[in-house]
Amino acid sequence: MVTSSAVAEPQRYLEAQIRWRPAEIAFWLATLLPFVLTPNYLVLASQIAITALFALSLDLILGYAGIVSLGHAAYFGFASYAAGLIAKWGWGEPLTGLVIAAAAAGVLGYLTSFIIARFRHLALIMITLGLGLLLAEAANSASWLTGGADGLQGVRMWKLFGVFQFDLYGTTAYTYSLAVLFVCFLVARRLINSPFGLALRGIRENAIRMPAIGAPTRAHIRKVYTIAAVMAGVAGALLAQTTETVSLETLSFARSADVLVILILGGAGRLYGGLVGAIIYMVARDQFSGVNPQYWYFWIGTLLVAVVIFLPNGILGGAARLVRFFERSRA
Amino acid sequence: MIASVFGVLFDGFAYGMLLFILSVGLSVTLGMMNFVNLAHCSFAMLGGFVTVTLTNELGWPFLASLPLAFVSAALVSVVFERVLYRRLYRASDLDQCLLTIGIVFVSVAVAAYIYGTIQQPLNLPLYLRGSVSVWGQSLGVYRLFLIAVSIAITAALVAALEYTRFGAQVRAAVDNQRMARALGIDVDRVFAITFALGSGLAGLGGALAIEIVGLDHAFAFTYLIYVLIVVAVGGLGSIAGSFVAASLLGISDMAGKYYFPELGAFLIYFVMVALLMWRPVGLFGRR
Amino acid sequence: MRKALAGFATIAAAVLAVTSAHAQQAIKVGVILAYSGQFADPSAQMDNGIKLYMKHHGDTVAGKKIELIRRDTGGIAPDIAKRLAQELIVRDNVDMLVGFALTPNALAAGDVSAQAKKFMVNMNAATAIITTKSPYMVRTSFTVPQLNQTLGSWAYKSGIRKAYTMVSDFGPGHDGEAAFHKGFKDAGGEIVGAARYPVANQDFSAFVQRAKDANADAIYIWTPGGPQPAAIGKALAERGVDPKKTKVLGQGELTSEDALKNMGDAGLGIITAFHYDYNHQSAMNAAFVNGYRDAFGRNPDMFSVGAFDGMHVVYEALKKTGGKTDGESLVDAAKGMTWESPRGPMTIDPQTRDVIQTVYIRRVEKVGGQIVNVEFDKIDNVKDPFKADMKN
Repeated sequence: MVTSSAVAEPQRYLEAQIRWRPAEIAFWLATLLPFVLTPNYLVLASQIAITALFALSLDLILGYAGIVSLGHAAYFGFASYAAGLIAKWGWGEPLTGLVIAAAAAGVLGYLTSFIIARFRHLALIMITLGLGLLLAEAANSASWLTGGADGLQGVRMWKLFGVFQFDLYGTTAYTYSLAVLFVCFLVARRLINSPFGLALRGIRENAIRMPAIGAPTRAHIRKVYTIAAVMAGVAGALLAQTTETVSLETLSFARSADVLVILILGGAGRLYGGLVGAIIYMVARDQFSGVNPQYWYFWIGTLLVAVVIFLPNGILGGAARLVRFFERSRA
Repeated sequence: MIASVFGVLFDGFAYGMLLFILSVGLSVTLGMMNFVNLAHCSFAMLGGFVTVTLTNELGWPFLASLPLAFVSAALVSVVFERVLYRRLYRASDLDQCLLTIGIVFVSVAVAAYIYGTIQQPLNLPLYLRGSVSVWGQSLGVYRLFLIAVSIAITAALVAALEYTRFGAQVRAAVDNQRMARALGIDVDRVFAITFALGSGLAGLGGALAIEIVGLDHAFAFTYLIYVLIVVAVGGLGSIAGSFVAASLLGISDMAGKYYFPELGAFLIYFVMVALLMWRPVGLFGRR
Repeated sequence: MRKALAGFATIAAAVLAVTSAHAQQAIKVGVILAYSGQFADPSAQMDNGIKLYMKHHGDTVAGKKIELIRRDTGGIAPDIAKRLAQELIVRDNVDMLVGFALTPNALAAGDVSAQAKKFMVNMNAATAIITTKSPYMVRTSFTVPQLNQTLGSWAYKSGIRKAYTMVSDFGPGHDGEAAFHKGFKDAGGEIVGAARYPVANQDFSAFVQRAKDANADAIYIWTPGGPQPAAIGKALAERGVDPKKTKVLGQGELTSEDALKNMGDAGLGIITAFHYDYNHQSAMNAAFVNGYRDAFGRNPDMFSVGAFDGMHVVYEALKKTGGKTDGESLVDAAKGMTWESPRGPMTIDPQTRDVIQTVYIRRVEKVGGQIVNVEFDKIDNVKDPFKADMKN
């Protein structure tokens, strides 16, 4: 028999989490600043938004369910090609193309989730790596379909809502990417702050224990993995549509590794970690590749080492510690 | 054709031996302390560059440079272990990944800065070049050398593990770390020495790899995947596992390229995924 | 007070006018290359080629100063290349885009060049279709079919009847394979086998063994630059394939300076088709190579000469338009341009805006103790056959 108070505690916790904090509102308002402050950087901004969405999708499985994936780019690239091909074959409407491509990635995610749910630790990491590499190889071989190393050519998008053209300045691209990011973020937020989200965190902490309290671990993992695949697919489709080009790089190990680094840099399991990490990483890369392109790796490597030593829970973890420190000193 | 089968087996085994030398250190240290050292191949790259510098700039003979490749990689790894790695033994897998990937990035940039981004040339001594004819088969001399060196190393490792006190301590620490500590074994010291040896072997592997697969500034990245595959498939903490997995992967890679060249790298990844799905702990892994 | 303000305003306006006029006097050239990552060395060579041209010819053309703005794509990254091209045009107001070591990046930037109507000089990327992406683009390097189809027909003419081909399994490799097959078969030859090896392959013994087993008169190999040419040379030696008996044919990257250094004697006898070698005997080339060695301490290669000639097109086109920088004028000025380059004579085809040049057939020989490519045959005025076929 479950007493009402036993249910009320966690419910209150979830309700508290769902309320919008001022810092969050400030963050989302700040994402509108590029339109005003840096109108020449909107193309970069849209690519940051896309990377942020991709990192968010990885956070769902890594930060919340504890699944380390070295092959998450598979869903990103798969949907990227899907969206590109849909446009190439004549249907250039952005929103429907996005939905179809993301759904395709979701199907792929669903199918692989059966494999993923069965393994843990190093075997899981290597299997995700292997599956990602296999897909990348397949895409290279199928150059009649994907364009191979030259990339997919002939992707032409129609106007968004029939009005807004994807132009040289990136205004439409950024508005589109930002809006989609926000919608997906709301979905992720709702998901995390629900009983399902709590169950995921339980799985992350102790997967063996969870079935003992009635949580169907494998089913949950499959569900969240599929959702993460759909979200990664949305990001991939956005990239294809806003740049009107798709290359093999979208499926590569490098992209999977990059997003992992971005997420951990920002702080996994904190919903905003991927977003913050993406902003910092991509802005830094853009700035450094202007000044001294060869040595980008040196600086990012040093930054990573520094973050791990001094900020073990990523940048947001460090920020959280700082906030708690101030709160305690005020009290 | 039996001749070509033998050729494929020989070449594949030699390639596998190279992978073995590169990976065995990581397998043992990962099994012992669960420390995910993704910078393992940076030490390999270091050994390779030491050899290149000694033979090209300072005119050392190739064979004489090999022990130095080993020693320099081992020494540098001791420094890293003391200064950085030690702090993260209790940290999460992800943090260890991040730290060591950061080190990989830095090592790649430093290598590019000092040596440029081109392929490093290596002038092998004449007696290691070309091929010899054995039973009508053309066998590469360097590959024979590689196999000989690997078997010698394997024998030395197994002997050390079975017949020395230190070896017994290593086996105990890999089997059950807590129990080993409880019995008074200084696991941290054992680990430090094992780590240095493993990294030294990686450095040696890097030096030996130049002739077979080439060396450039991105080596630390490129080979990471193959080393991880060997370690995962072989099983953590197992020398035999690394040996078998490396041979298996080397041979199937070569066989794939000879009989099904269109499949290319497909085969090695496919074999890995299939093997791991069948035995997730690896061929010789425990847990 | 009013007078002071007015005076101040006049001075300010004058200063602004002078500086903005001065700014207008600069011609901004956006350089997009893969400065970091795997292709850093070719990009560095291209950058050197640009610098050398500007050193020899000064940095002012048609009364205006040339200003270079460099951007790094980090490797094969068409989305980044496209963004950088867009940003260069929108943010930095460049008048033209140059560089492009890699095909996917050139294709992506081509879209931007067409959309923004900006002049673009592709100084390296060699896939045939690239110049079709933008009517404002010219190329100053080479195309894969130009070299490989020519090699195919030359191979037949030199007596080879059966050939086995092995190429890298990606776009340019497939193009090389298709071009060689076409040239060779059209001339009457027979292809006895064709293999594709993985792009990241390091160990060639299995592939070379297959090639040897096919017992052809010649083995044709297509490989990109980097670690593979040397590895192939070593595998050939190890497996007992003697280039003096079984002809080994390829595109020039197979026997680049780096590759030859690494291969050693194993490379002797390999025959390649290429458009440039630093040992090419001509006064123009001697001056180019010496200038390059003085400035950068190494020999130039095809990347350097592609960029050098690219800058030549930029300068001459600007001289012809009298400093006008719109895409239309510049590309019209570039069409049909013909000049003596360090590589030999070359022309920009007025129809396709692609390069027409001499294809040299070279053999690797030991000359004065050094292992180098020696030109022993050539075919003049080769147009890109792929696009020529497209028209028919």
